[in-house]
Amino acid sequence: MNDPSPAATSKTPDERGRFGEFGGRYVPETLTRALDELDAAYREARVDLEFQAELESLLHHYVGRPSPLYHAQRLSEKCGGAQIWLKREDLNHTGAHKINNTLGQALLTVRMGKKRVIAETGAGQHGVATATACARFGLPCVVYMGEEDIRRQAPNVFSMKLLGAEVRPVTTGSRTLRDAINDAMRDWMSSVEDTHYILGSVVGPHPFPMIVRDFQSVIGREARRQSLEQMGRLPNLVVACVGGGSNAAGMFYPFVDDPNVEMVGVEAGGRSGEPGQHASPLTYGSPGVLHGSYSYVMQDDDGQTCDVHSVSAGLDYPGVGPEHSYWKDTGRVHYTSCRDLQALDGFDALASLEGILPALESSHAIAKAMELAAQRPPSDTIVVCLSGRGDKDAAEIARLKQERE
Amino acid sequence: MSQIDDLFTGLRSAGKKAFMPFVTAGDPDLEFTAALIQELARRGCHLFEVGAPYSDPIADGPVIQASYTRALAKGIRVPAILEMLGGLKDVSAPRVTMLSYAIIHRRGLEQFVIDAKAAGVSGAIVPDLLVEESEAFAEICQRHDFSLIQLVTPTTPRERAVRIAQLSTGFLYYVSVTGITGERTELPPSIVDNVGWLREQTDLPICIGFGVSQPEHVKMLAPVADGVIVGSAIVRQIAAAEERPRADVIQEIGDYAATLLAALND
Repeated sequence: MNDPSPAATSKTPDERGRFGEFGGRYVPETLTRALDELDAAYREARVDLEFQAELESLLHHYVGRPSPLYHAQRLSEKCGGAQIWLKREDLNHTGAHKINNTLGQALLTVRMGKKRVIAETGAGQHGVATATACARFGLPCVVYMGEEDIRRQAPNVFSMKLLGAEVRPVTTGSRTLRDAINDAMRDWMSSVEDTHYILGSVVGPHPFPMIVRDFQSVIGREARRQSLEQMGRLPNLVVACVGGGSNAAGMFYPFVDDPNVEMVGVEAGGRSGEPGQHASPLTYGSPGVLHGSYSYVMQDDDGQTCDVHSVSAGLDYPGVGPEHSYWKDTGRVHYTSCRDLQALDGFDALASLEGILPALESSHAIAKAMELAAQRPPSDTIVVCLSGRGDKDAAEIARLKQERE
Repeated sequence: MSQIDDLFTGLRSAGKKAFMPFVTAGDPDLEFTAALIQELARRGCHLFEVGAPYSDPIADGPVIQASYTRALAKGIRVPAILEMLGGLKDVSAPRVTMLSYAIIHRRGLEQFVIDAKAAGVSGAIVPDLLVEESEAFAEICQRHDFSLIQLVTPTTPRERAVRIAQLSTGFLYYVSVTGITGERTELPPSIVDNVGWLREQTDLPICIGFGVSQPEHVKMLAPVADGVIVGSAIVRQIAAAEERPRADVIQEIGDYAATLLAALND
């Protein structure tokens, strides 16, 4: 590119929900009133000290925050370069970062006087976190989940049901996260008067990308503070995996205004760079419209959404949050991808060297961080968002290992 | 004046209402779609809404979504749809396309309008393009005398509805229900009041769609609407074309449309 892009700022989005040119609202007219109400309710809640205090108390006493920042010494030694630190979102209640957002949105649901919650889920972590928050607040909850993901993530499906949620299998299209979002949006079209849709990532129409990012930013705020306390300085590099991109947005956002901190987002590189074999819109896609916002997507020449693949159900998505598109185009965050098999190696390394089973999503970030650590001096520090724990993936990993042999 | 403006001017002076069937392009194939449009035009349908299949529809119910999936599986894409529509020289009724903004954006906003006009298409209904996001596309449509038909729904605040009416061209699409496309046994009685109110705010023709499928619905809406749109009830019948003689299915849909046409303008 000849023209240098404007530098990224943390003062995003603008009033129209735009991150640079990305974001906005591309939804049926039926949903605009609910989106306006949500926007207004959130803007009030954001400056309401009582709301913030209630959320903070829940995050502390219910979720177990702050999550630790852990120096993975043996993993760092193995790589022979920079020191790797892990932001332990896997230690949160329900086992992933998703709970940060669902508790915030459940509080908003109660504040708006809505009586029912719907959600979509890919790997099931957002479904479990939503079902948990709904049980905590006594809200009935329906979770849409693709049939293929139900197969891959049976333990989470069982948990959701135990928590009182209804899991509705989605049998259309690729039967994965993208189709679950379509069905959740269709449900919302008919139930918008009394239902809140707890969207699970930094995707969708404005104000969702902003709201989810803000609720997830607790990750980056803590990591920033903990780095100063434990390392005596900010990290050189921050790494997170990117599907829709909520853990990454939450991790990156508080570092956007720290020019010396480099950031790397890791997409699902799947089996290869061929169309249909990966889920990396920021690496291989182009700007387009999907699920209510303008962002990088995997589309064919006609604007139809392409099928994507990832070993991880949580990353198996053809779009990405609009703020990531903005960070990509401004050069603030570097996006790359990691193949299925590399992610499995990352999983094995963390399990055997540190006694931690990471989620397959997070294994992508671990694998890339190991690669980057090896290229840097031991005086450098890398903070990786360990977005979730891997119990849910045990059966899928066993199957893949067998396939590999 | 676009072809759509001419149509409604003529209908209004004759005291008649427009009947507008929705058909999915390419289900089960484009030859069938062309034959169906020709039959429906012969039966007196005034305007056609031709749906371009999209992989991730949000506003559509299971019937139209399934129809899109069947068409996409057969490789139906916009250039072939426009070629089919361009070939319908014997159909004088205007047609509009209904499609996702994802498709228009990918093709290029101006290129889409140029290609659609060349195929004899008079306008577009873009359900996921809100009035706030439509400025660039609306400007291009206006420059090419191509109608951009915007939607008003029961959840649209009144002030906003007036703004949408001001920025719509061709006609205004009133969505009868809070929800997705699909047949309903009953339509909410508030439609008549809501559209009656809207009627006083704009001179633009108002057509009502979503959920409309029975002669009783059409009779209920005729006093306040300039036209009615029927989609899922037709698309559901199209699904039968895979297993039954096509001529029979086309004939039956023609008969069905004729009963609605009779209820509308009697």
